[in-house]
Amino acid sequence: MTKPLEPLVMGGVTPRVDGIAKVTGRAPYACEQLVERPAYLHPVQSEAALGRITGFDAAEAATLKGVLAVLSPFDSPSLTPGTDPELEILQSPEVAFRGQLIGAVVAETPEIARQAAGLISVDYEVREHDTAFSADRDDLYKPDVVNPSFATDTLTGDPDRAFAAAERAVDAVYTTPMYHNNPMEPHATIAVWSGETLTLYDSTQGVHPLRRTIAELFGLAEDDVRVVAPFVGGGFGSKGKPHANTVLAVLAALRLPGRAVKFALTRQQMFSFVGYRTPTIQHVRLAADASGRLTSISNDVIEQTAKLKEFAEQTGLPARSMYAAENRRTTHRLAALDVAVPSWMRAPGECPGMFAPEVAMDELAEACRMDPVELRVRNEPDVDPESGLPFSSRNLVACLRDGAHRFGWYGRQPLPRSILHDGCWWGTGVASSVYPVNQSPGSAATVRFLGEGRYEVRIGAVDIGTGAWTVLGQIAADALGVGYGDVSVDIGDTNLPWASVAGGSSGTTNWGSAIVAAARAFRDEHGADPAPGSEVTATQQDNPNTGRYAMSAYGAQFAEVAVDVDTGEVRVTRLLGVFAAGRILNPKTARSQLIGGMTMGLSMALHEHSVLDNRFGFVVNHDFAEYHIASCADVASVEARWIDEEDPYVNPMGSKGIGEIGIVGTAAAIANAVYHATGVRVRDLPITADRFLE
Amino acid sequence: MIPFDYQRATDADTAVATVAPNPRATFLGGGTNLVDHLKLGIAEPELVVDVTHLPFDRVEPLDDGGLRIGAGVRNSDLAADPRVRVRYPVLAQALLSGASWQLRNLATTGGNLLQRTRCEYFQDVTTPCGKREPGQSCSAIGGYTRNHAILGASPRCVAVHPSDMAVALVALDAVVHVRTREGNHAVPVADLHRLPGEHPEWDTVLGHGDLITGVDVPSLPFAETSRYRKARDRASYAFALVSVAAALDVADGLVRDVRIALGGVAHKPWRARLAEQALIGRRAVAGEFRAAATAELADAQPLPDNGFKVPMARNMIVAVLSELAGEERRDETT
Repeated sequence: MTKPLEPLVMGGVTPRVDGIAKVTGRAPYACEQLVERPAYLHPVQSEAALGRITGFDAAEAATLKGVLAVLSPFDSPSLTPGTDPELEILQSPEVAFRGQLIGAVVAETPEIARQAAGLISVDYEVREHDTAFSADRDDLYKPDVVNPSFATDTLTGDPDRAFAAAERAVDAVYTTPMYHNNPMEPHATIAVWSGETLTLYDSTQGVHPLRRTIAELFGLAEDDVRVVAPFVGGGFGSKGKPHANTVLAVLAALRLPGRAVKFALTRQQMFSFVGYRTPTIQHVRLAADASGRLTSISNDVIEQTAKLKEFAEQTGLPARSMYAAENRRTTHRLAALDVAVPSWMRAPGECPGMFAPEVAMDELAEACRMDPVELRVRNEPDVDPESGLPFSSRNLVACLRDGAHRFGWYGRQPLPRSILHDGCWWGTGVASSVYPVNQSPGSAATVRFLGEGRYEVRIGAVDIGTGAWTVLGQIAADALGVGYGDVSVDIGDTNLPWASVAGGSSGTTNWGSAIVAAARAFRDEHGADPAPGSEVTATQQDNPNTGRYAMSAYGAQFAEVAVDVDTGEVRVTRLLGVFAAGRILNPKTARSQLIGGMTMGLSMALHEHSVLDNRFGFVVNHDFAEYHIASCADVASVEARWIDEEDPYVNPMGSKGIGEIGIVGTAAAIANAVYHATGVRVRDLPITADRFLE
Repeated sequence: MIPFDYQRATDADTAVATVAPNPRATFLGGGTNLVDHLKLGIAEPELVVDVTHLPFDRVEPLDDGGLRIGAGVRNSDLAADPRVRVRYPVLAQALLSGASWQLRNLATTGGNLLQRTRCEYFQDVTTPCGKREPGQSCSAIGGYTRNHAILGASPRCVAVHPSDMAVALVALDAVVHVRTREGNHAVPVADLHRLPGEHPEWDTVLGHGDLITGVDVPSLPFAETSRYRKARDRASYAFALVSVAAALDVADGLVRDVRIALGGVAHKPWRARLAEQALIGRRAVAGEFRAAATAELADAQPLPDNGFKVPMARNMIVAVLSELAGEERRDETT
């Protein structure tokens, strides 16, 4: 059922169908949905990092004019126990991390709610917390699997022996800090409980997955819950899994039947309870012969999770299959801490897991006196090193060569610290990118003929800024064999057919496959000349090529940096990414996704760093003045290109996911460029000015 | 945040008379800092007196050739003023290196001077802070100190003053005019801000209800050769790790006069008088600049996360003075 679709509309530069509504402010985001008499929620958060709440005095708050409800661990509707400890808030007085949601005030205005929340006095029986992440802990443990269900450790051959016998080797420890996702639109919910049914306008990456979780938590039938999310201002994974903020809004709505309860997070709250990327400590060892051919790769990863709930990022994954090597090891060990629960952040696994090995490859290139591009080419595998499967398509080498050509790589002075002008050290670096073609089952779509040549496609997909509104219409047009203007698309609502989460760069694969299935079933059933009102709903077919081919997108990223001689300030003057990601369905939205990912990678390389103060147990730089994200001035030139790649195995569209690969490898390319510029090898992100000052 | 009353001041004396006797009253300028504090619970006034409609919205010439800057002049207007750009480029550059266009369009001259530290612990009411709550301990000490002071700090506070504009004004020997209940005072900007000592809660020497009405920048012909340089962790929209404001007057290859002030290093804009004194009469060359910078920074006491500020400040002083000396040489030869 992956018969390729003929691309007539797909691949064309179709402008975003939702673009004008967004730039004119007429696209309603979650908190902007028109509801009658909204009430406003302000949360109460734990100021202890571990312990038990012994008192929750809301007497003064409750008497404030305009206060409608106060919730606390001692006074809250019940949730189904045993579902998800992260989400089961206000069910017990236990505190598992600082910033945890422990109460709420709902009031007629946001100002009153905030004031009242400030009047609440909470007493704690505080226990000594432990948030110190380190490789030296004696309580590191091995999780059963890493996200979502990969083997925790892998071993092929004898990496240690190969390392000991290596003619050239790299043995180094690399670290990435904690990051917080911080989409432009903070998490936001409007919850309305009618007494029988619950309606949620939520900033989510998946209306149906959220509905399932909420229904289970609150003991409701899924049909009694409706989730609506037509427009979402980014998620980067933090809106992929439901978090406690939505639960708190629903708890409050249960207390106020008929009232629409609004809960929009402040930026500071975004650093508390909606997920983040774990810090990682990666011990990478590469072994090679004198010609640069890898004989062994290992990455031993240490990262953190929450005692409250385990999340194990799959950071070692890329080392399992990126390059050919006979001996190979990856391991993951976790420190369970009194911290908020880590979660998905753009390219979990690949993003941190391609930083360390790709810097190590640069170090190996130097050890072998080889060009870093050629080192990667030399280690290109014939089949997937981990599974032994053939690749459905793998064009990493083409990306490296094309990128090197476009970037002007080959005139590069090989010695570091050799270009000084305009008061800066200049250098260039390269790294590879990879992201798997993920697919999950179950998405369905409805195709309906409206008459007069027009079709409607309905699916509960969510556009988190990716372009899904537009691209799904392009897919539908080709699947139905009609023009783009003949198709209207409706998404973002659980009243539409079931759709998977917008995560893992899998949205277009899953939803597009469902639309293709529905369109083909529609034509089978109703032919080319259907009666108005004809309609068919179909579910995406399983891909018969799963398990027969290894499927991933690849890329090569090139960076040029200037490091100020006086101040050590690092600026990225050029970034070029060349990607091989199957058919690019819409060059306009694809480019936006790719340069967005690369910009986020630049931000990771130079700026982003959540600073956890272990004395208090929370992230102290919890706003955009202090948690730096790259500003426009930091992004001089970011260019994304792609090569034509035909892949008939991945899905009917021939497309691979592109939402995440842009952030993979960027930080390594920049770190490698910084080394080339300065001769200083930075193995710990972010790369800040102080590394270059003595 | 608590409810508060809002009044729009129509004249300065009334504004002062309204705010001075009421410890829960405060002036409102552009609001770019105060409104944050209201939301974060750092400031909880009962009364906010808006002074942006007072007649202090002009930049006017002084008899000595300097400029009088009204306290209500917006940062973006001041930076764009041709007299500022030509005579005091260091001031225009400092203004434009701060914040964002949107904030500069709102922020006032007086408010910019009185903005408070962005210390992470000051800004979070759930952590102790002696600047926010007199008598409390300093949470930054023993915590995250990348952005904190290397000069003039005390065991009670290691915060830095965040303004760029104030650093330039200190280098230019600017003077603040203050209206109080007793009358008008003049305070050099260099003396306006305090070191924390035992009382970090006092940012400045002003009393409660004292209103800045304007800033005089005296004539300083050699300030036409002046520069503001700011090092920061990202290229825009970031507070200074270290900044340098400098003006240099060179005659026959020797330093005739020099002004140097540092930002990002102390609880106040740091006038580098030791470096200045060391340079007068010396040759305007990098080696002398380096020796002077080293002398200025000899007493620096970096914290665990900010030792880099010492070489950064030293390098920047040398670089800025060298650049200014180069411009002077070009001027002499043309």
